[in-house]
Amino acid sequence: MKKLMITALLVTISISSLMGCGKSNTPENGQVIVYNWGEYIDPDVITQFEEETGIKVVYDEFETNEIMYPKIEAGASDYDVICPSDYMIQKMIDNDLLSEINFDNIPNVKNIGDQYFQQSKEFDAENKYSIPYCWGTVGILYNKTMVTEPVDSWSILWDEQYKDNILMQDSVRDAFMVALKLNGYSMNTTNPHELQAAKDALIKQKPLVQAYVVDQVRDKMIGNEAALGVIYSGEAIYTQRENSNLEYVIPKEGTNVWIDSWVIPKDSKNKENAEAFINFMCREDIALKNFEYITYSTPNDAAHDLIEDEDIKNSPIAFPTLSDFEGLETFQYLGEDADEMYNQLWKEVKSE
Amino acid sequence: MNKNKKWMATPYFIWSIAFIIIPLCMVFYYGLTDKTGAFTLENIIAITTEEHWKALWLSLLLSTISTLLCILLAYPLAMILCNASINQDGFLVLIFILPMWMNFLLRTLAWQTLLEKTGVINSILSALHLPSLNIINTPYAIILGMVYNFLPFMVLPIYNSLSKIDRNVVNAARDLGANNVQTFTKVILPLSLPGVISGITMVFVPALTTFVISNLLGGSKILLIGNVIEQEFTQTNNWNLGSGLSIILMIFIIISIVISTITDKDGEGNSL
Repeated sequence: MKKLMITALLVTISISSLMGCGKSNTPENGQVIVYNWGEYIDPDVITQFEEETGIKVVYDEFETNEIMYPKIEAGASDYDVICPSDYMIQKMIDNDLLSEINFDNIPNVKNIGDQYFQQSKEFDAENKYSIPYCWGTVGILYNKTMVTEPVDSWSILWDEQYKDNILMQDSVRDAFMVALKLNGYSMNTTNPHELQAAKDALIKQKPLVQAYVVDQVRDKMIGNEAALGVIYSGEAIYTQRENSNLEYVIPKEGTNVWIDSWVIPKDSKNKENAEAFINFMCREDIALKNFEYITYSTPNDAAHDLIEDEDIKNSPIAFPTLSDFEGLETFQYLGEDADEMYNQLWKEVKSE
Repeated sequence: MNKNKKWMATPYFIWSIAFIIIPLCMVFYYGLTDKTGAFTLENIIAITTEEHWKALWLSLLLSTISTLLCILLAYPLAMILCNASINQDGFLVLIFILPMWMNFLLRTLAWQTLLEKTGVINSILSALHLPSLNIINTPYAIILGMVYNFLPFMVLPIYNSLSKIDRNVVNAARDLGANNVQTFTKVILPLSLPGVISGITMVFVPALTTFVISNLLGGSKILLIGNVIEQEFTQTNNWNLGSGLSIILMIFIIISIVISTITDKDGEGNSL
């Protein structure tokens, strides 16, 4: 339903902008082409940006980092602002696809907490290319009525009694992250023995898994389809709102702490508009609006202060104190050979 | 007149060059080169690795089973449609085609909701205190999805060939003393065989190449050759391997079409 509404909204936006074109052939302040994750922005925000700045927004969506990358690499489309994740930003920097952001044009960057820029240094060493938009963890979402024992470890996903009640992530790195962490390895490993062990663990787990899914974890958990699911923390608040039996935990072995950041590709034709867009996204009231709509943790400290609901403001799910956890890591780009190795092993798991 | 006709074919000619011939050449180019653009057979030989071979075998198995099931379901149905009186006839065919007006993806998603653990079918079964049906995310669900989605492609050609059979031929068989079974095996079946054959091609080929049905109803746990190729293009970004495997798949499709054309000729030969 939500998707339908977004589609309807996007259609209206594009139609109204088309009608705008009818009056004058060029929008007064040019345009900005945005490439973002699906359901990752409050559609109102786009309209508001267009009204306030007179810059026309062309909005496009992708489902995974891996789908986004080839499009940018081929230079087939002139995107101005993109929102990839940590390791993918590193890959884009390594392959010289991004342009440095002029921070003078983005005064609202002061709203973004310093610790997020510190964390960004793992993939953007000098904080020159990216500005954090959302962050979070990956953990286990479980249904309290179906799982009575305490959940605190990835090992519960290998427990025979939950056969056919487990939902795993259907993407290479997320799936391997779970298995690598279970075995106590780094999720950025390129050691073939460690990866082989992770592959064996995933194959052992496969008969217990109900399905490998990406976005559907959310709906299936809300619908009581499964007892346990691997999910992004940003979906946790939304799912709990819909089904109060659901609980989110960060396993004790550690997990992935990820950041999705705004970047500007090298061949952007509207760099100043892109910076205006990022600046707008960093404004506290806009960041708050987006947070309330998508429920993914915002790195915008000023927006965080504005949250009225105390439970959400102090929520250990949306805003965990990261120093309380061990084994937290951020994905890094591992190079083409390692990518190939991961993909090969994942295919072996899937064809088992 | 002749010249005129040739001129009329130009749009189709341009269409097939742009969207069939050129893409096909590109598939062959990518499939026979490596990332640097040098000639290699590696992408073709890749089919012999365990995970690819398994996926291809499973696809062949599932699509064969689905095709057979489709014939078993479609033939009696086509006969019923054919024997119905003229007014009913059009109505029945319409009812049968109606679901095809809906998007293929939506219909498959609907099956997902129906078959789920807490889905519609299982809610009804548990309300009646009957054992639950657990076929979602198994090969059975994929076969069900294939049969459901491709059944009309089997019914319509069989229906067409059955309705073209001259009533007088059947009556003649009766006059000459053939009973019901004999009329069917000696007259109706051979005459309808071309319809069955084209139905087989129209069901087998899409079932062999599908990746949507196996993704949605198999919970991404079951890897068919279509899934492997799709993932090479969208996720791992290895177009060369994806194209190489597509060439292998094309070979199997061509084999199936050749077999049907040969048996088709036999079928017509017998009926004469």
